[in-house]
Amino acid sequence: MALKDITLGQFFPGNSFLHKLDPRCKLLLVVFFIVSLFVAKNAAGYGLMLAVLLICILASKVGFKAILRGMKPIFFIVVFTAVLNLLYTPGTGTPLVEFWIFHIYWEGVRTAIFMVFRIMMLISCTFLLTYTTSPILLTDALESLLGPLKTLHMPIHELAMMMSIALRFIPTLIEETDKIMAAQKARGADFESGGLVQKAKSLIPLLVPLFISAFRRADELAVAMECRCYHGGEGRTRMRQLKYAFRDYIALALGLGLCAAVFYLNTLGIF
Amino acid sequence: MPNTILKTESLTFSYPAEGAPKSVLQGIDLEIEAGTFVAVLGHNGSGKSTLAKHMNAILLPSGGKVYVSGMDTADESKLLDIRRTVGMVFQNPDNQIVANVVEEDCAFGPENLGVPPAEIRQRVNEALAAVGMYDHRGHAPHLLSGGQKQRIAIAGVLAMKPKCVVLDEPTAMLDPIGRREVLETIRTLNRESGVTVVLITHHMDEAAQADRLIVMSGGKVIADGVPKEVFQHVEELKAAGLTVPGTVALLWELRQAGLDLPLDALSDEECAQALYQILR
Repeated sequence: MALKDITLGQFFPGNSFLHKLDPRCKLLLVVFFIVSLFVAKNAAGYGLMLAVLLICILASKVGFKAILRGMKPIFFIVVFTAVLNLLYTPGTGTPLVEFWIFHIYWEGVRTAIFMVFRIMMLISCTFLLTYTTSPILLTDALESLLGPLKTLHMPIHELAMMMSIALRFIPTLIEETDKIMAAQKARGADFESGGLVQKAKSLIPLLVPLFISAFRRADELAVAMECRCYHGGEGRTRMRQLKYAFRDYIALALGLGLCAAVFYLNTLGIF
Repeated sequence: MPNTILKTESLTFSYPAEGAPKSVLQGIDLEIEAGTFVAVLGHNGSGKSTLAKHMNAILLPSGGKVYVSGMDTADESKLLDIRRTVGMVFQNPDNQIVANVVEEDCAFGPENLGVPPAEIRQRVNEALAAVGMYDHRGHAPHLLSGGQKQRIAIAGVLAMKPKCVVLDEPTAMLDPIGRREVLETIRTLNRESGVTVVLITHHMDEAAQADRLIVMSGGKVIADGVPKEVFQHVEELKAAGLTVPGTVALLWELRQAGLDLPLDALSDEECAQALYQILR
């Protein structure tokens, strides 16, 4: 098992324009981008967004390799969606190919290609967000953006606190998993061989101690937090204050511009 | 008692259990003066950690009273004031660090107290400098050594500007280097910032460095005084399942063999001097 390969929420420290943007602004931009993705209906819209995305990736300096690596786990989903769309989209003209019970139409090919681009761009832009934003800033941004929901008694502060603690404990728990695995292996446990069921069963002696220790940690952490006067989000201040800069306004304007452009391109019947 | 920071009055505590409750503390009367360095020594199950947890209202007495700067810990409206007066550091540094950047973690306490941002920044810098971890302020805690992590935990407590810090076996999970770092930090803290320190430990050599030593056994205080005096009660300490520092043990054995030696030598030099006197 390659525990170190988990790219979830991985952050590449850097100094690019994207790194410097306010995290709230970046979150909003990702939302704009995703909305545009689902609104776009033609090649012109997709082309424009692809161009914007490529420019952003280049500007972030994280490299295409990192983005592609993150794409690996969803490769199967992309292929699966493409094939389904290809086979099952009903068309109007004569089928391009006919075999067995399937008829492939021109519309099918078009939808399949758009689907592939849509999913890949969706994943890329979210990866770009987590690659260029530290997890702490991201949770801060979420708490701040969702802040208005607090008036509806939604536990926004608690959610953000849970997220940041979870992020804090990921490396600790991974380390612990490695330790428990080594200990069980030393006593003859076998995690590699056997079929799927056998492998799943062999995880039990790994998961039980991991869960027990996680609960114990949670208990101790709760006491330690209380000792440091934690009493919920009320009356709490933050050391780091998020501040919108001039560049954030520009970026937001550009994001809105992209949305508008895609809407406009939809009305033109290009492709 | 103008200068008393912690005070317990016939404090008893028992954990609720099925059938008969398990009695852990059996009547403890203590007064701890502000600015002192006090060590609480005891074997496993002597009640020393339970006593520590009463000092900032994590546990409330089953009987008797605990006062922190005159505030009764049973008074719930004073809870935040009590906890900002008495900070607490635990055994496992991993389980008390909240954030994944050192300075963020250090800011957690003052943030909870609602301190203005600029002042938090200043307090964090001071606290990290006080434990010698200022250069690591941007690091991720899980990449640091045990001793460094424990110093960050101490800084996190210091940033709340407590009058007293209670450390519950802070060195139990550390290697010798980490232990030395943490003890050094605790001592400078006490000497230079005048913070009252209560160190819970089962290491003799750590306890020997304190101004005052309280020995616990079976939920009771069995000895209380200057370390040099306390360590002279060798038989009583042994009965409580504790060993005495090597120097005292050596002198005591020689005394049992009939030599006229003093028992108040805690450092190697003092011990050597005592042996030299008798050999001359």
